Parts: sequence; C-alpha cells; structure tokens
Amino acid sequence: MAGMTKSDFKNPVINWIDTRLPIFTMMQKEYGVFPTPKNFNYMWNFGALAMVIMAIMIITGIFLAMNYQPNTALAFDSVQRIMRDVNYGWLIRYLHQNGASMFFIVTYIHIFRGMYYGSYKYPRELLWMLGVVILLIMMATAFMGYVLPWGQMSYWGATVITNLFSAFPIVGHPIVTWLWGGFSVDNPTLNRFYSLHYLLPFVLVGVVFLHVAALHITGSNNPLGIDVKGPQDTVPFHPYYTVKDSVGICVFLLIFALLVFFWPNFLGDANNFIPANPLQTPSDIVPEWYFLPYYAILRSVPNKLGGVCMMFGSILVLFVLPWLDTSPVRSARFRPIYRQVIWVWVAAFCVLGYCGMNKPEGIYVILSRICTLYYFFHFLVLLPILGKMERPLPLPDSISRPVLGGGGGPMPSGAAAKPMEKA
Amino acid sequence: MRAFRDLLAAALLNVAVPVLLCIVAVPALLSIVSVPALAQEEAPKPPSQNWSFSGIFGGLDLAAAQRGFQVYSEVCATCHSMNLLHYRDLEGIGLTADQITSVAAAVDVPLGVDDQGNPKTGPGTPSSQFRAPFANEQAARAAMNGALPPDQSLIVNAREDGANYLYAILTGFRDAPAAFKMMGGMNYNEYFPGHQIAMPQPLHDQQVTFADGAPNRIEDEAHDVVTFLYWAANPDAIQRKQIGVRVVLFLVFMTGITYAVKRKVWADVH
Repeated sequence: MAGMTKSDFKNPVINWIDTRLPIFTMMQKEYGVFPTPKNFNYMWNFGALAMVIMAIMIITGIFLAMNYQPNTALAFDSVQRIMRDVNYGWLIRYLHQNGASMFFIVTYIHIFRGMYYGSYKYPRELLWMLGVVILLIMMATAFMGYVLPWGQMSYWGATVITNLFSAFPIVGHPIVTWLWGGFSVDNPTLNRFYSLHYLLPFVLVGVVFLHVAALHITGSNNPLGIDVKGPQDTVPFHPYYTVKDSVGICVFLLIFALLVFFWPNFLGDANNFIPANPLQTPSDIVPEWYFLPYYAILRSVPNKLGGVCMMFGSILVLFVLPWLDTSPVRSARFRPIYRQVIWVWVAAFCVLGYCGMNKPEGIYVILSRICTLYYFFHFLVLLPILGKMERPLPLPDSISRPVLGGGGGPMPSGAAAKPMEKA
Repeated sequence: MRAFRDLLAAALLNVAVPVLLCIVAVPALLSIVSVPALAQEEAPKPPSQNWSFSGIFGGLDLAAAQRGFQVYSEVCATCHSMNLLHYRDLEGIGLTADQITSVAAAVDVPLGVDDQGNPKTGPGTPSSQFRAPFANEQAARAAMNGALPPDQSLIVNAREDGANYLYAILTGFRDAPAAFKMMGGMNYNEYFPGHQIAMPQPLHDQQVTFADGAPNRIEDEAHDVVTFLYWAANPDAIQRKQIGVRVVLFLVFMTGITYAVKRKVWADVH
C-alpha cells in the first residue's frame, strides 16, 4: 500500500501500529539511534531537565486545579484547604510552587550554556529564537500563576506589573483596563489569569515540540562548537545520553526534594501568607526571585516608559543575538576574550538580581544602573565588535581527534550506531 | 573532564573578581549607606530561640504544642480567630478522638440559622471550625478600638522569621522610654516595627496553669503558644520531613547507581 511504512519491529502489535502510524520508527530515529556529538559535558543535561520539570508542573497543576477556586473570596482559603485537607495536597502544592523556581533555574542555566558555547549561531538561529519564545511564555505563565493564591504579594505584584502597560502613551490605560477586566485587579482579573495560567503551559508544550524538532534538524551543538564530521564524532542518543541525562535528573530531583521537603517556603515571601487586601499595600513589593534582574532593570530607569521598554528590551534583545554576535567561532573555549566577558555579563545579571531584592535607593540605584548599562553594552556593542577584533584560538579538526589524541584512529566499538533492542 | 576544567578555570579567573566585589565591597558599602536608615524605622532582629521543630530532623514537641493550645484557648482566642483550623485537626498535636470531641463540645459554635431564620449556636463537633471571637471584621474593629486582631492560622509563616518574631513580640512589652511619644491606646513593644502595637501585653507570669505542671513563666507560655502556632501554620511539617528524609536517601542511592551505570555504558567511548 502506498504510504505504509515497512517496520522492523518484531513485536506484532508494535509492528501493526508502526506500519500504519510510524511513531515507533520515529521515536527510534529521534531518541534511539539519533546521532549525538559524543563530547557533551553535563551542561547539556539542562534541556532534558527542563522537559522533566515542565511535565511535573503540568501534572501537579492539573491536580491543583481540581481543588482550587478562582474567586477572590475563596481563592486564598482554597489553597490552604489543598494544603490541609486534600490528601498529600501539601506535597502537590509545594512541588508546583517550588517547581516554578526549579524550572527557571534550569532554564537560565540552559540559556547560559547556549550563550557560552555559541549554540545560537548558524544554523541554529531559529532553534534559539524558539527558545526565547519559550522563556517569554514561561514568564507570563509564572507571573499569572503567582497571582492565583491571592495573597498580598499576589495581588500587589499583579497590580504593579499590569500597571506597567499604562506607561505606553494613548493605548496604555485602555490596555490595562482590558487586562484587568475592570478598573482594578479584581475577580475578573483572577478568573482570566487562571484561565490563561491553565492554557499557556499547553502552548508551551507546543513551542517546546517545535524547539526539539528544530534541534533534530540541525543536530546539537557541542562544547567544541565545531560541526560533526562523521559517525566517528557521534554516539547514538540511547543509551549514551539517556543514561547521562538520567544522572542529571537524579541530582536535579535531589535538590528539588531538599527544597520541597525541608525548605518549601525558602524562596517564597511571608507576605503571601496574608490574604490579598486592596486597602493595605505591603511595605515592599518584590517579585519572585527569577524576575528580580528584570525588576532591577525596570527600576534603574528614572522614566516609567523608558524602564518598561528597557525591561522588555532585555529579553527581546535575545531574539537578535545570533546576528549581534559576529564571531564565526561558536564555543567560548576558543574565544579568549569572549570567554571572560561572558562572565562579566553573568555577574552583572546576578548583581541586578541582588539589586532587585532591595529598595531602589542609595547604592542599589547606582549598581543597577551600571549593570543595566553593561547588560545592553554586552549585547549591542561588545559582541558585534568582539567578533571582528578577537583572534580565536585554532579550532580542532574534528570532535573525535582531540579525544583520541592525534589521528582519527579506529572507531570505538561502542560509538557505532546500534539499534535500541540490543543496547 | 576537560570541559569541566575549562569551565572551572574560566569561572575562577573571571568570576572571582566580580564575585569578590559583590561579597566584600557591596555589603561594606551598604553597611555605610543604609544601616542608620534601617535602625531608625525597623525593630531589632528577634533573637533566635531553641525550637523543637527547627532543622531537617526537627519534629514537634507535642506536649508543648498542647500547652500552647491551652494558652491560645484561654488567652489569645479572646481576640484572635484561627479560621483555617477545625477541632478535628487537633489530632496533629496528639489529642485523642475523645479529647477532641470533648474540647469541641465545650465550645458554643455557630450552627447556621434556625427555622425562623435566626442565627443558631450549639455545642461544637470535631468537624466544626475553631470558633472565632467576632462575627466579622467590623465587629472586631468596633470592639478593639479600630484595630483588627489578625487571624492566627498562618501567622508564623506570614511574618519574616515568624517563630522567633512572635516569641519576641509576646515577651517584648516594655515601658516606653521617656522620650518616646506614644499614641493613645497603644503599647510599647521592643520588637514591633515602629514599637507601637495596639495589642496590650497578653501573657504574664503564671497566667495559665498547665495540667502537666510545666513551668509557666511568660517565656514558657510564649514558647508553648508559638510551638502550637507553628504547627497550626504548618500541620504538614512532621510528615513532610519524615517523607523527605526517605526521599532524599532514595535519591542519593539512585544517583549513585545511575552514575555507575553511566560509567559502564560510556566505558568504551572514553
């Protein structure tokens, strides 16, 4: 029959399905024998980790939604009811609450890995841009999720962040009213945030699928940043990287478990244990830790519209990073200057986070202004110039050569692509 | 390994300077700039107490929590609600089913409305919510000189360093310094932000007599009631930590095994 695949699977049921819908062949191709550079370090774990935590967030979120009430009069108590009266509700809730933090830690490291090893460069620009879309969706989802428990920080965080849009001339205030569904953050706001908080993760899954699909077209980058020259440079994804990712997943779950079981509120804010009160503003309104650097950028600009533009710009600039970085060499390992300045950028980002935690006065204003300037200077000035000025170190001929030490050498027995069943 | 060394070297060389800057220079600068400002408006940091529930293996001193429940019932409950708790929850501090039934039955709780539509009250059952001292916020404010006694269900979590802070507040009532201007009806407390608190000193030496003959200085009463309030805010804590220890041990074991498998699988590539 036209279009039917010839399946190699022995199991008759799998063979029958695979002939008609070759998902098993596809899985085998994309996750079984998929040729993957053999020189990944543990920095290459974080994409898989992000997938794992995304799954955990969706599963715990579905169970939370079964017990949560998106109504301003009930929301706060319904969350406490989950914590107290739902069987293992505290576990589901703490997994979800701390899972958001873990998701951002993992994603930030994943992005840093891309920046350090030049994974955004040709031919992976679109892959990178899809990643930035994922980051934006994550941020929107996390922000709206934080509003749902309807504590003081939920309410006032939502008020501050939605009010940012009022900075835009003419359209600003109508946008804010439209976001709120009224004239202040209230029940309609909570309802729509809940709806979107449930919707966006599935949009996220879709974009993640595209991200992975694009990855499987170009193939992975690697710590040397040079192209794969042939089968001697790769190993099949399974079992080599399934087992290496598993090590990472175990360590990741260990850290996650420490947070959930022993310090579940360490990253939270005491104010969010007080029910939302529109008549009483907390003395400090601080976002969750993963937004602090952007919050600092926002507050470093004395003009509201300017601050909003800088804040959004700090993410949007990532979209054009593949074209701002003019160096043809991907890995920082062969870029003596980039390899140093990237850490200065990381330091600036961390200092911004620290400034975001504190009231915008005194030294924090100065520090966050310096770091904001450096943040943009790095992308808009340094990277374009550096690519032209910097003398990269000589690149190795291939991935297998430095590993084997001179000469291509014979292919290591395990490196040959072998089918999943035998492994 | 090479990649790791690479990263490490780069990190050491290039992060050391900015990090040192952050760790040493920034706080040093900050201490010059902002400490006077802090000292003026904020209360001193509450001293750390010794709590049965602190740390990874910290459980809960059930006897202290039960005495704390007595302190709450006899003193705090006059003004403070605990709306998130039900009498059945007291199982968590070690009360038996019979004890819970009699504790609940001794309280007159609202039971909705009668056939004529009038509010009805009656003896509580284990499923009853803790009885609130006031019907609503307005009633509370009217009785309390305009101040609202906050609900105590989550109070330990709702304050920074909650257990130590509450202990400090409960034992921190003093006579106002001569130069300090007090507003009418307010009380001086060393640890309350701004030092003026609407609540009069609630606990005194020998105010509550414990059935088990435990000491009842103000410090003991405060310690016991904070233990109870910690449990009220974190009823999951004991079970959570117990499960956590097992989960962590399992994951350590899994990490070891997985790493061994990884070494074996990769042996022929390296």
